[in-house]
Amino acid sequence: MNLTIIISLVVFLITIFMVGLWASRYVRSSNSFLQEYFLGGRQLGGFILAMTMTATYGSASSFIGGPGVAYTQGLGWVLLAMSQVVTGYFVLMVLGKKFAIMARRYNAITLIDFLKERYQSKWVVLSAAFSIVIFLFSAMAAQWVGGARLIESLVKIEYESALFIFALSVLLYVIIGGFRAVALTDAVQGTIMFFGTFILLVATIIAGGGIDQIMTDLVNENPNLVTPYGAEGNLSATYVSSFWILVGVGVVGLPQVTVRAMSYKSSKSMHRALIVGTIVVGFIMLNMHLIGVFARPILPGIEVGDKVMPLIAQEVLPPWLAGLVLAAPMAAIMSTVDSLLLLVSSAVVKDVYLNYIKPSASEKKVKRLSIGITAFLGISVFLLALQPPDLLIWLNLFAFGGLEAAFIWPVVLGLYWSKGNKYGALASMLVGIGSYIFIDQYSKAYPKFDVHPVLTEIYQWFEPIMNILPGMMEVHTVVYPVLLSLLAFVIGSLLTKNKTLQ
Amino acid sequence: MKKTDLRFKVANREALIGVGLAIFNFVWWFGLAYGLGDRTPEDYTYIMGLPSWFFYSCILGFLIMVVLVIVAVKFWFTEVPLDDEGGNLE
Repeated sequence: MNLTIIISLVVFLITIFMVGLWASRYVRSSNSFLQEYFLGGRQLGGFILAMTMTATYGSASSFIGGPGVAYTQGLGWVLLAMSQVVTGYFVLMVLGKKFAIMARRYNAITLIDFLKERYQSKWVVLSAAFSIVIFLFSAMAAQWVGGARLIESLVKIEYESALFIFALSVLLYVIIGGFRAVALTDAVQGTIMFFGTFILLVATIIAGGGIDQIMTDLVNENPNLVTPYGAEGNLSATYVSSFWILVGVGVVGLPQVTVRAMSYKSSKSMHRALIVGTIVVGFIMLNMHLIGVFARPILPGIEVGDKVMPLIAQEVLPPWLAGLVLAAPMAAIMSTVDSLLLLVSSAVVKDVYLNYIKPSASEKKVKRLSIGITAFLGISVFLLALQPPDLLIWLNLFAFGGLEAAFIWPVVLGLYWSKGNKYGALASMLVGIGSYIFIDQYSKAYPKFDVHPVLTEIYQWFEPIMNILPGMMEVHTVVYPVLLSLLAFVIGSLLTKNKTLQ
Repeated sequence: MKKTDLRFKVANREALIGVGLAIFNFVWWFGLAYGLGDRTPEDYTYIMGLPSWFFYSCILGFLIMVVLVIVAVKFWFTEVPLDDEGGNLE
């Protein structure tokens, strides 16, 4: 049993590695190293673009717990997950051609390049780079822990060895192949997720005796499982809808998403990616979460959410197929990690070093530095993930919501509102991240405020304001910071209108 | 610079289409899920084995979005060059 799974996983890892090796030929032969390494030479076609986008959205969804929570909550969580269909078309339509054209005009390779040219401000660049490095580094480390845990549970080896295998396989192809390797492996990984989740869903339905039977079993166990309100009836419509911001439209602001929106070859690739992306995102989300719900009558009593997928696959599929299907969650984690690694590396090399430390660095030096920094970051993450410190776990919790609140308006309004300026952008980023952390901490302490006396004082001072805001304690933490950062952007830009005209 | 203005006009229109689709998507998703799902589970009707609220909101809703995106892209989206050189809109 285990041996078959190991063989499947090894085959998967070797395939991924070959793709990286193939992509590295482009890195060596390209005449613009930075463009190629961090952006794949802006040559992505429609299919690859759709897949790499999908794989990236998938990371936001691992944030909502995926199949494990669906197992506990029932169809209500599938409803919530389907809020992600919107990402399939919304992101590329809204950033769209304008972003692609502007990125080319500015010769931008990263999101920060775009912000730098748009706002012409050192402070915007530095605070953006700072938040990307801090938040995404933590998010990445947390994903490594997840990847290693998955290998650990599948292959039954020590956590440290599992982490080592995971780190080695990711690092190899990212370091040598850059963005093109990341995008291509995303396409392989996305394809595996697409077919893997579908096969597993069908097998689960058969094992459960058909959908009718599964529904009857669920109703008999707890009728709430087939309502939109969750197993305990506490998923309110307001709460579930607020995920439209966190994992739906809000992902427009995520740096790992925006960088992809400047990487495609032509309008034609973008059009095709819109269609393919919508289909693939919706299909994977629907399948993946339905598997979680349908697994419940077949395997009752699973305590740890992360184990639902591995256990149900081993239960309903023949071993060799289970091995292949289980490469899917592994693929999901890898495809997240690889893009984050490259993004953090680009923030350090391109946005900080080349902009402010040594703009005149030679091509050869930049090349060595990029590869070196990527490797260095990868190894540091590995070391941190061996024994993840609390701070890292804490930062990871803010990573997606915090970055969305920080970047959504500087990007979107930067494109479509000519009056937006650097003061607005800076205010928007600070207010977005600040209010995100504050509201998160506040709602965790609410209503007892059993924290440090100074904090308690502050919280109590804010309590009347928080109570007035409709739905504050019900919606996901990301909602208000996104609204507040919009206000900050507009007010900041309008107040300083005269200043920037001179 | 006139040719770039034209490209941006296309881009702005397409961004608005994206916003419009998202609003429609949300209304459909929300309306059917909570419109049909807000009753005791004993009163649910089932379509293809699934509760009707879930079938209409999540399955049919997804399929409709796919169709709408295909229609929007095929009929309303315009191919434009992305580089500034060769930026003619003929």
